[in-house]
Amino acid sequence: MAAVQETIDQVKAIDVDQYKYGFVTDIESELAPKGLNEDIIRFISEKKGEPEWMFQWRLDAFKRWQTMIEPSWARVSYPKIDFQELHYYAAPKKKEGLKSLDEVDPEILETYKKLGIPLAEQEILAGVAPENRVAVDAVFDSVSVATTFKEELAKAGVIFCPISEAIRDYPDLVKKYLGSVVPISDNYYATLNSAVFSDGSFVYVPEGVRCPMELSTYFRINEQNTGQFERTLIIADKGAYVSYLEGCTAPQRDENQLHAAVVELVALDDAEIKYSTVQNWYPGDSEGKGGIYNFVTKRGDCRGKNSKIAWTQVETGSAITWKYPSCILRGDNSVGEFYSIAISNGHQQIDSGTKMIHLGKNTSSRIISKGISAGVSENTYRGQVSAHRKATNARNFTQCDSLLIGDKCGAHTVPYIESKNATAVFEHEATTSKISDDQMFYCQARGLDEEEAVALIVNGFVRDVIQQLPMEFAVEAQKLIGISLEGSVG
Amino acid sequence: MLEIKNLHAHVEGNDILRGIDLTVKPGEIHAIMGPNGSGKSTLSYVLAGKEDYEITEGSITYNGKDMLDLGADERAAAGMFLAFQYPIEIPGVATMTFLKTALNAQRRARGQEDLPTPEFMKLVKEKAKDLNVSPEMLRRPLNVGFSGGEKKRAEILQMALLEPSLCILDETDSGLDIDALRIVSEGVNKLRDPNRAMIVITHYQRLLNHIVPDHVHVLSRGKIVKSGGKELALELEENGYADFIDEEAA
Repeated sequence: MAAVQETIDQVKAIDVDQYKYGFVTDIESELAPKGLNEDIIRFISEKKGEPEWMFQWRLDAFKRWQTMIEPSWARVSYPKIDFQELHYYAAPKKKEGLKSLDEVDPEILETYKKLGIPLAEQEILAGVAPENRVAVDAVFDSVSVATTFKEELAKAGVIFCPISEAIRDYPDLVKKYLGSVVPISDNYYATLNSAVFSDGSFVYVPEGVRCPMELSTYFRINEQNTGQFERTLIIADKGAYVSYLEGCTAPQRDENQLHAAVVELVALDDAEIKYSTVQNWYPGDSEGKGGIYNFVTKRGDCRGKNSKIAWTQVETGSAITWKYPSCILRGDNSVGEFYSIAISNGHQQIDSGTKMIHLGKNTSSRIISKGISAGVSENTYRGQVSAHRKATNARNFTQCDSLLIGDKCGAHTVPYIESKNATAVFEHEATTSKISDDQMFYCQARGLDEEEAVALIVNGFVRDVIQQLPMEFAVEAQKLIGISLEGSVG
Repeated sequence: MLEIKNLHAHVEGNDILRGIDLTVKPGEIHAIMGPNGSGKSTLSYVLAGKEDYEITEGSITYNGKDMLDLGADERAAAGMFLAFQYPIEIPGVATMTFLKTALNAQRRARGQEDLPTPEFMKLVKEKAKDLNVSPEMLRRPLNVGFSGGEKKRAEILQMALLEPSLCILDETDSGLDIDALRIVSEGVNKLRDPNRAMIVITHYQRLLNHIVPDHVHVLSRGKIVKSGGKELALELEENGYADFIDEEAA
């Protein structure tokens, strides 16, 4: 037991030292007054220069939200959130009429640089082949501060902009699709988001277009006592293809911060959307103090026939993660995929999984979930696979593996399988394993130190999922896995 | 090079090693033979630094350094290598990846740079060929679904690549058919070197027909009860271990 015991101790030692993105950007912000009421919603809507219909939409959500109660079915516990103690809008103060990147506050540019996300196109272009370019939308607290490669994307007909801009410039598209996958009253946090969402990304890829580069949004929460409520809407029109990456970090603060996002994906006939996330919100310190509450609703609608949506997520951060990226397989022959690595360490709590809702004929879905628990964390996979009575020949394969490091953490698997069609075939495989003393000794006898041995074994465990990530992301994810499980070897 | 003095080890309250003395010089091959439960595998684990065993007395010195202070990884970096009787599966980690990680970990521990990938690939291909290890096998996760012979060949491949100065072979012949035994033995013999010592732990004499030892020791109940030349192995083959066990019991 000795080798593993030491590993546990090391892993337990994870604290602020390991979180590299915990710095605070010192910048003047414009904050909405604390609390939530109709005035605040009016305030946000006005800040964004929104049309009246959008304000009414928000107000409708707010009214519904007031009648709802916070869900308690997830296997997570946290003190009650006082929703009146939060700021619902925080934006870096800026000069009026921001036109180019040169006018973005240098502090913010510096922040993204430190995070490894250059925003100046000439910097991105240096030494990067065109096919490897990534267009970035940078969201800082409640606003999008920069979107790169907009013009180049526009040439291909792709719209990639902050959602606040899309509401003003492309109202027809927004009206048609916003809330069409995650309805206003879907769930407590999604409804809250609908009322107060501040920014996020909007993507529209027109018919037959293959988006010429990867798109990505980088979310950063900076301000204290704020919630970040971003809203992302991605539409792939008939035959279109887009790959989208999402990254997130936050400063280390003693208070918990709320992040309640909504992401909606719509894939029409023959379209394909790949959505990859590397979530690295601040997880809290070694005592479980601070960290982000990540309550997120992500859902994709395979609305057209032969459409495909694939979610890939690497979850390493947040004090609490509550998130179930899902696919509604509405179109005949549509395909949904979910690949997930969820690592919990310290006092982190994860309740995550997916839903595959088979509605159309010959629809298929695949779920590969790898949960890794260390420290005193709790890691739950919760997944639903269902076949509607008209979903003939629906197919699902689920593989759900848990790896435990130490004996103080928990791994739980909660599958819900429901079939109303006799031709549906659903398979579910699950395993739970531990990093054994024998594996540790074997690796160490070959010269790997304990950290290297844990990282190697864990990377082997998650390999199937890492392979689904775009190249650069895969490398980043592999490093992140190492860091997340890093101890402080003396 | 290796000096074991009065080594006592126990696990879960049972004394397994009860005063082992052994001196191994560069270039020598020592065979350690003994019946089941005599402490052969324990000796190999204790040498390699497995932490389940408590060393109650004695010392292990290797090239002048006290090994008991060092972890398994540090002993590996110091040049010790244990070929496992039952190699462990590492799911999802390609054999090639494992080899590279291990080699570079040891290089780093010795203050050397990582071996550049092209050179590493060349080196592996060369060593793999000798041991009849196919490129396809190198792509498979280490030891996962390997046959008994494949596992042992993979062990010797690691040994060839890491170039240790002391090789400990724990029942390397177990689970091997004649052909596999020949390939593995040839691989081991190729590593014979005036600067490299080997400790070959085995139950049966047949391995020693292929890997001919300089010294043979009989281990019984945690002690070396007899030492001799290679002819001692033949004697054992004929008479069995009964003499030694009885001697001890009496």
